[in-house]
Amino acid sequence: MAKIKGAVVIDKDRCKGCDLCVVACPADVLILGQEVNGKGYNYAQVANSDECIGCANCGYVCPDGCITVYKVKL
Amino acid sequence: MDTLEIIKPENKVYGKPRLMNDNPMHYCPGCSHGVVHKLIAEVVDDMGMAEKTIGIAPVGCAVFAYNYIDIDWIEAAHGRAPAVATAAKRLNPDKMVFSYQGDGDLAAIGTAETIHACNRGENIVIVFINNAIYGMTGGQMAPTTLLGMKTSTCPYGRNEHLNGYPLKISDLLVQLEGTCLVTRETVHTAAAIKKAKKMLRKGFENSMNGKGTSVIEFVSTCASGWKMTPDQSNKWMMENMVPMYPLGILKDK
Repeated sequence: MAKIKGAVVIDKDRCKGCDLCVVACPADVLILGQEVNGKGYNYAQVANSDECIGCANCGYVCPDGCITVYKVKL
Repeated sequence: MDTLEIIKPENKVYGKPRLMNDNPMHYCPGCSHGVVHKLIAEVVDDMGMAEKTIGIAPVGCAVFAYNYIDIDWIEAAHGRAPAVATAAKRLNPDKMVFSYQGDGDLAAIGTAETIHACNRGENIVIVFINNAIYGMTGGQMAPTTLLGMKTSTCPYGRNEHLNGYPLKISDLLVQLEGTCLVTRETVHTAAAIKKAKKMLRKGFENSMNGKGTSVIEFVSTCASGWKMTPDQSNKWMMENMVPMYPLGILKDK
């Protein structure tokens, strides 16, 4: 069976820490970290990069367009 | 495979739309406006109309919409976006014209302009963001506020004897001969966003084919005005807003 692997890149300076991407992710890849960005928000981070399936749900629901998603078939 | 090997331009499946610029958006965290802005930027770009689109920005939270999407914009007086859109479209029939309005703009002060633009069947698209509250000015009651919903001007909840009933303006617009597409969407999940994008594209195509006015209502959240987290407000919206404002296509001819 073809395996799919994804990767997520988050523009941390643009992120407002709304948490919608964390909720939308079906594979629990994203978390809101403890660090803050220049605006003082706890920005979203990739915690489990191995689990990412590249479904792009996080990208769709991000109101600020901070998320870029990549996907490959192995 | 290493993550760095995946991050290559040829593997990209989703990113910020090309027409959306890098200006930081003034919206609160988790605001539905951002997602709708992204959808408009994507649809306009997909249709190859970036140089031929005129947006009419409202008064309300989306007043600075012209700062975020790289198309031509006109700022209208409060509620008058459909009237300005009428003029823009009649003088430039080859341009794609849409107005972007909130519920305080479209359903309160701009009710007359909205109804008459739709009744004339102007070939424009009206993007209507309904979050049942005046977000920009601090969460006052709007015509669309639900019964019993607390806002800063009805702190004990909206009372039908004092404040009247929530205005389902899209249902009114369905009755008019001039509208060709009236639909109600949400943008709280990826599936709903994909569906909303299709309807938005259909509305824009209708306007270019001269079929009449398309009204795309987005039942949205206002996390700050509702005093909830963005995730809680999405759930609250599905539990309370959607029964009052049922989703789906209300009119398609």
